[in-house]
Amino acid sequence: MAVITMREALNQALREEMLRDESVFLMGEEVAEYQGAYKITKGLLQELGPKRVIDTPITELGFAGLGVGAAMVGLRPIVEFMTFNFSILATDQIINSAAKMRYMSGGQFKIPIVFRGPSGSAYQVSSQHSQAIESWFGFFPGLKVVMPSTPADAKGLLKSAIRDDDPVIFMEQERMYGNKGEVPEDADFTIPLGVADVKREGTDVTIVARSLMVPIALKAAETLEQQGISCEVVDPRTIRPLDIDTIVNSVKKTNRVVVAEESHPFCGVGAEISTEIMERAFDYLDAPVKRVCGADVPMPYAKNLEDMAIPGVDQLIAAVREVSYLD
Amino acid sequence: MATQVIMPKLSPTMEEGQLSRWLKKEGDKVSMGEPLAEIDTDKATMEMQALANGVLRKIIINEGESAPLGQIIAIIGEPDEDISAMLGSAAAPAQPATKAPEKEPEQTQVDATQPAAPTGGQAASSPPIQRAAVATVESVSTPGNGAQAGKQGERLIVSPLAARMAAESGVDLRSLSGSGPGGRIVKRDIEAAMQAQQSTATAAATGAVVKFPVRQAGITEASPYRDEPASEMRRIIAKRLVTSLGPIPHFFLTTEIEMDRVAEMRRNIKELDPELKISVNDIIIKVAAAALIAHPQVNASFQDKNVRYYERADVGVAVAIEEGLITPVVRSADQKSLSEIAQEVRDLAERARKRKLKPEEYTGASFSISNLGMFGIDEFTAVINPPEGAILAVGAMSAKPVVRENEIVVRQMMRVTMSCDHRVIDGATGAKFLQTFKRILENPLYLVV
Repeated sequence: MAVITMREALNQALREEMLRDESVFLMGEEVAEYQGAYKITKGLLQELGPKRVIDTPITELGFAGLGVGAAMVGLRPIVEFMTFNFSILATDQIINSAAKMRYMSGGQFKIPIVFRGPSGSAYQVSSQHSQAIESWFGFFPGLKVVMPSTPADAKGLLKSAIRDDDPVIFMEQERMYGNKGEVPEDADFTIPLGVADVKREGTDVTIVARSLMVPIALKAAETLEQQGISCEVVDPRTIRPLDIDTIVNSVKKTNRVVVAEESHPFCGVGAEISTEIMERAFDYLDAPVKRVCGADVPMPYAKNLEDMAIPGVDQLIAAVREVSYLD
Repeated sequence: MATQVIMPKLSPTMEEGQLSRWLKKEGDKVSMGEPLAEIDTDKATMEMQALANGVLRKIIINEGESAPLGQIIAIIGEPDEDISAMLGSAAAPAQPATKAPEKEPEQTQVDATQPAAPTGGQAASSPPIQRAAVATVESVSTPGNGAQAGKQGERLIVSPLAARMAAESGVDLRSLSGSGPGGRIVKRDIEAAMQAQQSTATAAATGAVVKFPVRQAGITEASPYRDEPASEMRRIIAKRLVTSLGPIPHFFLTTEIEMDRVAEMRRNIKELDPELKISVNDIIIKVAAAALIAHPQVNASFQDKNVRYYERADVGVAVAIEEGLITPVVRSADQKSLSEIAQEVRDLAERARKRKLKPEEYTGASFSISNLGMFGIDEFTAVINPPEGAILAVGAMSAKPVVRENEIVVRQMMRVTMSCDHRVIDGATGAKFLQTFKRILENPLYLVV
């Protein structure tokens, strides 16, 4: 298997799916001539032509609506947001149209659309450009929400998202585009949506981590192993549908759980996961579920404050030790 | 402003104190730092000082009664102050759930061993150290004591998993003390209790084998019995030992040692100075300390994620006292002369019997010795005193026929058995230690060369 970056893996997924199915097309700001603001769409205009790879004006609500309409008449649009911070402008089309059209039309219309782009914190782009808003989209029935943490997951999950007949919110972490990993080259390699992945097996504490938190959780687990604590790291990969069974089975084994996330704690995905664990595995818990979240403040611009607002290895280690009753 | 006097923590393992004697009567004037009462802890009788000025308005816990840590035992206030609100709150049971305990070990003993700091008795102006023992009305939240979960009538704090495990295994949660925050009973507490149950059951089963089928006409019911409340010390012994044999993987090494030269050495010392009283046990302490220094792997303790190696040989000596036992420590036994050790052990043992030892005198040994030789016990196994890594059980010295150079001769023999914590000490490590111990004891001249 080739070792490539998450950026390249996403590019491969787009290219392979567009070659595989003529009804797939891509649009967004700077995706064509500029090769993508983050170079995810590099080379696609040249290979697939301007009918399939379309630059849009800076009109998120407009082109998201265009995408929904295209999906209703049988195309399979991929809409790139330059970042998910800008998707906030398009939420009416995503939530009121894409998420509900299948239900409100009694199944007459399916909406096979992917909204994708970078999400979460980058490096010092401050409050308006550093948001992890997966809980917004996860909230609404009718949307699927995917957050990969490795290049292979990114490729396999994006291919599945494109082939899926429902609207999928595909959130890539901006800081992770350069992360490298082994990625299968098989054009039919896909990873089903709604299946969690145990990134590391362990016996003492379960860490549920997604996206940016996965490599951090793995690092923490390594240190904790030296302290005699064996951590299992579960990456749900898909926020909705959530593979709660894998999480609960792990908790039943370890009796202790830390939920890590980059986003704010209040009404976050971590809150949902914690509740589900409480509902399904109450009798297996030896300690309260512990959340480790991003700070409950707008993202600061200052580098030192930004570092403090994003959970790190030390916070995860402290949380694991706390639920293990070690400190 | 009236001040509640609460049961202070006077020893590291204390959970409850018995009021031995009030040194003041209701209505007496008290000033800060003055002795107020004597409290029987699990280990010793300690003096408790007043931490506020005023009049001893009300005694809530009478002499002979017990109270858990943090419970109000008296009220100090102005002579004419209305204390009815405070009395009301004193009547309510202590609520361990109100507040997670602050980490308190540094606050132990303060009341008894140090004069109170010259600040007011009010929590707001007191250093945290005083707040451990005094709470003003505004901050009535009684400091919840970590290990109080098991008391009758109080709310039990149990993790869901621990509750289920207890229900399935039949462990009585009320008999347990929780080791989690705020005294929460968690998985490891149930596991320890289950292990303890199991070993009791095994013991009971073994016991049944030797029972004789004696027919006693007319008696069909079970034997009558009486229940006596376990003393504070007995309960702490029970709890401490369950944390030993349960979680600690013990193994045992026994060897027989020729003691003739030790006996001869004692005779020689006596000739030298008839006043000098050196017991065999004093020599054993000295030799064990020397062997510990030679084998630092045995002078060690398992600390969860570390193995702690001690630089000095601080040897604990088990002393039987009326209500149980206690293990005073001979510090740096490797550095001390035999006469120093002898004198120190006599002093410690005497004060242990009077229950006048200070906590630092009976904690923090790196190794312990238990000697039942004076009871004619040939050999036995002792239970490790955590977190120490090993304990040496010493049997009686007696004349026995042994084979030396193909001849049967009579020698003074003594059997010792070392219990080792296998997490720090392996079989060969322990055996080498015992080998050194035996070699020195059989040739005590090694102590000087």
